[in-house]
Amino acid sequence: MKKLFTIALAFAAMSSAAWAETIKVGVVGPFSGPFALQGKNFKAGIDAWFALNGNKVGGNDIQIVYRDVPQADPARSKALAQELVVREGVQYLAGFYFTPDAMAATALLQQANVPMVVMNAATSAIVAASPQVLRTSFTTWQTTTPIAKVAKDQGVTKVITLVSDYGPGIDAETAFKTAFAKEGGQVVESVRMPLSTNDFAPLMQRIKDSGAQGLFTFLPSGPPTLAFVKAFNDNGLKAAGVKFYATGDLTQESDLPALGEAGLGLQTTFHYAVSHDSPENKAFVAAAEKAIGNPAELSFPAVGAFDGMYVISKMIEATGGKQDAKKAVEAVKGLSWISPRGPVTIDAESRHITENIYLREVAKDANGKYYNKEIQTFEKQGDPGLAFVKK
Amino acid sequence: MQTVMSIAIDALAYGMVLFVISIGLSVTMGLMRVVNLAHGAFAMIGGYLASYAARDLGLGYAAGVLVAIIGTVIIAVPIERFLYRRIYGAPELTQVLMTIGITFCVIGITNFAFGPTLKTIPLPPSLQGSLDLGFRSIATHRIFAIASGLVVAALLWFLIEKTAFGIKIRAAVDNAAMTAALGVRTEIVYAVSFAVAIGLAALGGVLGAELLPVEPYYALRYMVTFLVVVSVGGAGSIPGALIASLLLGAIDTTGRYLAPEYGEFFFYLAVILIVTLFPRGLAGRLK
Repeated sequence: MKKLFTIALAFAAMSSAAWAETIKVGVVGPFSGPFALQGKNFKAGIDAWFALNGNKVGGNDIQIVYRDVPQADPARSKALAQELVVREGVQYLAGFYFTPDAMAATALLQQANVPMVVMNAATSAIVAASPQVLRTSFTTWQTTTPIAKVAKDQGVTKVITLVSDYGPGIDAETAFKTAFAKEGGQVVESVRMPLSTNDFAPLMQRIKDSGAQGLFTFLPSGPPTLAFVKAFNDNGLKAAGVKFYATGDLTQESDLPALGEAGLGLQTTFHYAVSHDSPENKAFVAAAEKAIGNPAELSFPAVGAFDGMYVISKMIEATGGKQDAKKAVEAVKGLSWISPRGPVTIDAESRHITENIYLREVAKDANGKYYNKEIQTFEKQGDPGLAFVKK
Repeated sequence: MQTVMSIAIDALAYGMVLFVISIGLSVTMGLMRVVNLAHGAFAMIGGYLASYAARDLGLGYAAGVLVAIIGTVIIAVPIERFLYRRIYGAPELTQVLMTIGITFCVIGITNFAFGPTLKTIPLPPSLQGSLDLGFRSIATHRIFAIASGLVVAALLWFLIEKTAFGIKIRAAVDNAAMTAALGVRTEIVYAVSFAVAIGLAALGGVLGAELLPVEPYYALRYMVTFLVVVSVGGAGSIPGALIASLLLGAIDTTGRYLAPEYGEFFFYLAVILIVTLFPRGLAGRLK
């Protein structure tokens, strides 16, 4: 009898040891509303990662819990992040398309013992807000700085900047001015446009009157970019030889079919182009296109999410599925791997991703499809904006 | 001087686009007394239909415009019959709640059916490119929009002021019960004016697509601007809407050239001043 009991106990112990834990990851992003496309890209990136790697890490199942914040809404983002931690018991927070949303949730991390992986929000200051924040996307400073060098190399010395009047736009303006001054160029005028601008014709007149040889612009991805580029061409600035420089937000892949001919030849700098030529990217794009449904909708937030999942899987590996935010973050500091966008490293000090920034030109392939063609690589770019973050 | 001329032309073009899109709303709000917040939704449906016909089916721009107008009217007729007819003469709050509900439904359906990406309406070669005016160049489609706006204004003015149908509309607006008693089928008059207003919305959606790109949130994004044009011009007045569009276009364009960092400050300052001085709009009729 006693023997039987021991055997039963042994079985019980074994089965509990083999019992796989389900590790929950909470993803906050815009899954409905005007920015739903970006949220869809988060989901496609995550689904692509599962499709290529399976949803088990070291015997633990990973489960994603999505929460929707349709527009930048810090209060809602924080409330949902709290709900994820307290009710759902997530071990990792991830996603975050808008800076204010990410910033609001950083306040919870320490007490909740949860690391946060930012998959998009692009303001330098986020990683400084908490030692438990990691980022796998880019910053506006990071993507803007190389274009100043491109402008100088093309013999342009006088540039006018036009940016949308909100956080990232102002970041882009400061970054460009700083980098262009370092190159020895001159910014003749800086104009900030309201976010709600529909008609850009008067601003084109401003560019013409400024006598600048080149234009640097930053607009959020979406409807205004189309009107902006059309206004630039229609008002004769393209014909007058004014050079157009911008970050890749302006030519994200999902907007290219709408831009059409008007977008041809636009040069932008960015961390990822869907067309990037590497075996890692081919595998990623195939899986992500399947996950998103319509290949034309795939763009950069997907790769941020994909790499975010990689980092999370490494953290789960390092902690063996136990909740220990500090150990998890320590484990991935300095982590290097080949991402679909090229070689990347999580910088040990800033916890932000060091990556290649590419100069791309909008071109048309043999099937008449528009894409961002990478023509120059700026290797291992860190985030120059961190030096300007107020401590 | 060149700059002044240049701004004037931009202002004219922007104003006329505003006019074409807003005039349909002016008709529903002024003549039919319906606060139609779904106006932008109908303009958007027009844009989507035109994009589908001209780009995906390859029928060309002219066919796209026709498909947009006729298709949107066909979609709108049952909506008028079963939904709008219940709210004629209802309190404004009821009208606002129902039409904003329709707007959200339309946004959801288009997002589901066409996806969240931007849709364009390919222009024919004759409207592509830009025209050199000597001191600057202007996009050809903007000139087309200006001309279309003028034609629409003239035709509508003729319809409402000079035809027997126009007399019936005006009579039905002033006193529906009395007009019906005199043997006018007011429900048909209303249905036809609604169809005209929706057709104009669709036309505006297509003509304005270069400036206000077609995407699911179009229906809400620009609605405030349309409402402002109607309230400044005076609901139901065609000359009023024309003057308001041109005036607001001029203020907005000049403000954006001189002081873009102030955003829409000058636009709304002008709106506040005009509405304070003329509570019924520039050309609103006093009750």
